[in-house]
Amino acid sequence: MVDIPDKNLLAPGHRGCAGCGASIAVKLALNALGENTVAVSATGCLEVMTTPYPETAWEIPFIHVAFENSGAVASGVESALRIQGKDDVNVVAFGGDGGTVDIGLQSLSGAMERGHNMTYICYDNEAYMNTGIQRSGATPFGASTTTSPSGVASFGEDKPKKNMPMIMAAHGIPYVATASIAYPEDYVNKVKKAAETKGPAYIHLHQPCTTGWGFPSERTIEMGRLAVETGSWILYEIVDGKFEITYRPEERKPVKEYLAPQKRFRHLDDELIEKIQKYVDAECKELGL
Amino acid sequence: MVKEVMTSNKAVAEAVRLAKPQVIPVYPITPQTTISEYLAQYVADEKIDAKYVKVESEHSAISAAVGASGAGVRVFTATSSQGLMLMHEILYAAAGMRTPFVLADANRAISAPLNIWNDQQDSIAQKDAGWLQIYVEDAQEALDTTLMAYKVSENPDILLPSMVCLDGFILTHTVEPVEIPDQEIVDEFLPPYVPEHAYLDPKDPMSIGNFADPEYYMEARHDMDVAMNNALDVIQKTCDEFAEKFGRKYGLVEGYKTDDAEIIYVAMGSLCSSIRVIVDELRAKGEKVGLLKIRSYRPFPVDAINEIVKDCSKIAVVDKNFAIGMGGALYGDMKLKIDKEIYGFITGLGGRDITPEALNEIYEITKNGPENDVTWIGLKEE
Repeated sequence: MVDIPDKNLLAPGHRGCAGCGASIAVKLALNALGENTVAVSATGCLEVMTTPYPETAWEIPFIHVAFENSGAVASGVESALRIQGKDDVNVVAFGGDGGTVDIGLQSLSGAMERGHNMTYICYDNEAYMNTGIQRSGATPFGASTTTSPSGVASFGEDKPKKNMPMIMAAHGIPYVATASIAYPEDYVNKVKKAAETKGPAYIHLHQPCTTGWGFPSERTIEMGRLAVETGSWILYEIVDGKFEITYRPEERKPVKEYLAPQKRFRHLDDELIEKIQKYVDAECKELGL
Repeated sequence: MVKEVMTSNKAVAEAVRLAKPQVIPVYPITPQTTISEYLAQYVADEKIDAKYVKVESEHSAISAAVGASGAGVRVFTATSSQGLMLMHEILYAAAGMRTPFVLADANRAISAPLNIWNDQQDSIAQKDAGWLQIYVEDAQEALDTTLMAYKVSENPDILLPSMVCLDGFILTHTVEPVEIPDQEIVDEFLPPYVPEHAYLDPKDPMSIGNFADPEYYMEARHDMDVAMNNALDVIQKTCDEFAEKFGRKYGLVEGYKTDDAEIIYVAMGSLCSSIRVIVDELRAKGEKVGLLKIRSYRPFPVDAINEIVKDCSKIAVVDKNFAIGMGGALYGDMKLKIDKEIYGFITGLGGRDITPEALNEIYEITKNGPENDVTWIGLKEE
């Protein structure tokens, strides 16, 4: 067991949807990081739901500038804190999948390459949820979104997810991990490790979205669990280049069990579900799950 | 105090060294590049105690600058042309978030066609971003203005970032003698930056860069307008204090032989030096002509301009930029705010040489009454 402190550094009463996975993501991360932390956020659900002026849900210092630059903003924050001798302050940046794998990739890449002592957490809900479920580079194969809709001539998103954690690992940074909000102990452990890492750390956090994925709001954690138990999302970490799976399902469930409860996959026929199963099998084999 | 021969880029770098910023995120681009090189070397040689952030783009340079300023330190960055265009979005955010840092822009034409030479289209394209914009005429003014820019921007009544605009190549790569002030006097003039309005400190948490719905957005923008207007007074006072300390006088504008002038040229930047020569030559021929140099383009100093042009009969505004179909930006602003007979001239785009003949032609056309409100000068014949 890890010790997850009670103190809530993301105050309740924010404007997140019932069952919002992003607020769980941040609440847990801040529990792990503690009060001596400065948070940076990309534009997105998180920023909009937590900082409507003159309110804020953040009990720690927070800065938002734009959508595509949280890596660079965090670089500036980190540099300013260090030159002032504030070496013990954690710098954490949060970006959604759009702000991370798409529009924010360049500034994040620069930040990782430069070796800033910071943690970047991508809360990946697999589409642009804040603006109404448009596809991103992290949208999985077969998911219907408003810009990759299923239709007579379309089965939804026609390419698999961009493999962002491995792109980050290719930067040679000391710590990369995947995580899921449905496995809080594993996640909190990883955030702590990331914070203790000297240099840049990247956590790619799978975060089910009730609104965007189309499942009842009380099933957020269940969806996260099903993703991992079916091998659709694999929990691992790469510490100084060494890859290790951090959670192995006792028996991998068929991917259909994860897809079926979600509206975004409801149009898929057996043939496409089989294709996704094969894709997941191949990924699991490659990573040794 | 020492005097050295140097480019305006070096003069800016020297001012930055004296201003002691703690974070310098910068990305090289012609003709700004030597600023980023000098500063990298100063940091490498511990002449500046700063973090030099080797960003991967201008967009990240300005983003890191906002982050660092938000985290409570003095910040410098510099760019030019396409780089400033890439920064565009975050220029607005920097002003709106009231992060009072300084950016030097080596004025250069913008693409297309691709062109590395001087005009002022790049910074003019950012005139509404909420930044103060000061255009300088020579290397000494580049150094002095960079120091003053921090003092003005960091004033609690302003808290808007400043852009020091220096003409690419004409200034950035041309050497002139420059007085470098002593550090102690600069320290007296420009004490360390201690933000009280916005900072990231775990001991006193605050959220910066919140979103504002229709209930709050307009007031935030209006506050910027008030601050920009406040800057008129603060710039002048800062110039006065600078003159007291360093002996060099500056203002929002500068008049040259304007007291009895019937026709007044209006221009910004290094072009003013050329126009002074023409004014002298025309004066020798008995023409009553003068020059109004606009140093502060944002805020736009209407009263200071009126004070100088009040008795003249005609004004010739020379722009090294243009708004398609509308004439130059400075011409447009003069027409909007100054109740005089005003004509616009567009010249010097993309580094086209502005010759004495061209400046004489502008005078002649203005004197005789132009056919059009806006005239392009120096275009090649078909």
